[in-house]
Amino acid sequence: MKMTWLPMAAALAAVAGATTAEEVRVYNWSDYIDEELLTKFEEETGIDLIYDVFDSNELLETKMLAGGSGYDVVVPSGTFLQRQIEAGAFQPLDPAKLPNLGNMWDVIEERTEQYDPDNAYSVNYMWGTTGIGYNIGMVQEALGEDAPLNSWSLVFDPANMEKLADCGVYFLDAPAEMIPAALLYIGEDPDSHDPDVIAKAEEVYAAVRPYIRKFHSSEYINALANGEICVAVGWSGDVFQAQYAASEAENGHEIDYSIPVEGAQMWFDQMAIPVDAPNPDAAHVFINFIMDAQNSAAATNYVWYASGNEAAQEFIDAEILEYPAVYPDAETLGKLFTTTPYDAGVQRVVTRLWTRIKSGT
Amino acid sequence: MNLRRFSLIGVPYLWLVLFFLAPFLIVLKISLSDYAVSIPPYTPTLDVFGGWASISDFFSKLDFDTFKFLTTDDLYWKAYLSSLQIAVVATLITLSVGFPIAYGMARAPEEWRATLMMLVILPFWTSFLIRVYSWMGILGKEGFLNGALLWLGIIDDPLTILNTNVAVYIGIVYTYLPFMILPIYATLDKLDVSLLEAAEDLGCTRTSAFWLVTAPMSRPGIIAGCFLVFIPALGEFVIPSLLGGSGTLMIGKVLWEEFSSNRDWPVASAVAIILLLILIIPIILFQKNQERQAEADQ
Repeated sequence: MKMTWLPMAAALAAVAGATTAEEVRVYNWSDYIDEELLTKFEEETGIDLIYDVFDSNELLETKMLAGGSGYDVVVPSGTFLQRQIEAGAFQPLDPAKLPNLGNMWDVIEERTEQYDPDNAYSVNYMWGTTGIGYNIGMVQEALGEDAPLNSWSLVFDPANMEKLADCGVYFLDAPAEMIPAALLYIGEDPDSHDPDVIAKAEEVYAAVRPYIRKFHSSEYINALANGEICVAVGWSGDVFQAQYAASEAENGHEIDYSIPVEGAQMWFDQMAIPVDAPNPDAAHVFINFIMDAQNSAAATNYVWYASGNEAAQEFIDAEILEYPAVYPDAETLGKLFTTTPYDAGVQRVVTRLWTRIKSGT
Repeated sequence: MNLRRFSLIGVPYLWLVLFFLAPFLIVLKISLSDYAVSIPPYTPTLDVFGGWASISDFFSKLDFDTFKFLTTDDLYWKAYLSSLQIAVVATLITLSVGFPIAYGMARAPEEWRATLMMLVILPFWTSFLIRVYSWMGILGKEGFLNGALLWLGIIDDPLTILNTNVAVYIGIVYTYLPFMILPIYATLDKLDVSLLEAAEDLGCTRTSAFWLVTAPMSRPGIIAGCFLVFIPALGEFVIPSLLGGSGTLMIGKVLWEEFSSNRDWPVASAVAIILLLILIIPIILFQKNQERQAEADQ
């Protein structure tokens, strides 16, 4: 058989090229990035990007603890990150490969050190609060002009909830955030790990449970936007996305978000690299790309969550930067609290309590 | 000759060992382990290269604590019971809807049957998940069903169907209906029509001919259909989590919660093993009973 060397060499090179072409697999929260950034990343770096999404920390953690998830970059929140680091799920970041580390905001870094000492394993992607999203018109119709839009009593006082039940109230299906909120409302330590104190949250929920339509952690964005519900306990940026969707649709629904005056939980979503990531180098490239001031700002401008990137603030829309529900002022910041991970025994108490709250069993 | 015989018997057994026994033993092993903050999140893990000492050490660490734990909380048996109830009721509804459809298909003119069969199978061409999601659009408060009923003036306020058990029943019946229709159709299709004529000649009315001839002869199809609907419905997770409300208690959701919220794989595995026992024991008893009947008939 006759064969010239040239095409064969070219074919070999093509095969070699195909196998060495880098790719990076990212697993991030749903509705959490400007998709143009994904295209930009591929164009700038030539690395193929596979971008998947989840809507609960529990789901991510199950994949991390099973191992072999195949992802290179994942984005767990504070307490979940801490436990996964303890389980050995992540590899330390290599600062030499992250020249944009200097862009990060020390105010946020100090807080994330609580979960990840020295921020050795993670970099902040976004942070936010767990508060109340509402449809102004529908709530005022149900409760009158002086509806307590900026208080937890809107959703934990049965008198209010009874009137809101018809227009629809969703709660997050996230016990690690909903139980602290209820404890805060009755004046207990929201970060309590004492089963007797945690049990008090059940009474709060028992009183309002008949009026809660659903516990879900992502459906409320659409439901709020199209007027299917009037109140959702949810994450700041998600509510702003509902607000944006409603104004785009011009359906007459005006949505807003408040950090309750009693305080709210502050959470941090951290980018980390699984210990068994197939492409750790590409993962560093992705994280560094996101840490770029302009890219980070683009993401925040799109999803309306606050960025842990200080250099990005220059490029973030003034509208967002000056909006205290996204970037809380000093007074509000003082009222925000953080939580620490439950151990296995307490976690079981919390989950069981949550199941009982949700299903009545 | 021996080789042929061996492979004939061997293939199904190999299938069973690979896809049933091996996964079952892995799940059983995890159910006897203990929770740990590690990857994977339980201990002990088997180190087959560590020699006998490590293997015997591994077995000594297994215990039945998780199964004891299941008895301490009423959540589990309530979830099993509620799943059983939903599965049984859904199976009966599916049967009462599926049987007339299968009957109609079998009695339809020969040239229509292929088309009718096609219509039953057609929904499978769309992903199961998308079909369940579509029901959310149909049953929602601002969905098609409420819209149509309001427009017709049948109701004044939209009905709350989505996120209730009613929606779960609708979802299960809709999803599993073809699994009920097809086996029943297969038996009815083979039914010799002259038997019915004979019954009528001998003085049966049409109704009594149905109960005395058609019903007993379609029994194998009904049983197969009921199993095909009941078994997956019992462990169903997707339908109750998408269409059901927070009050819908099913063992599939409990399993999911044990895995993801509690990260307690051992307890989750124990829940799964008991679910398997709930399914397998009645099936074995039923099979035994069938064999005994068959022998008695001979």
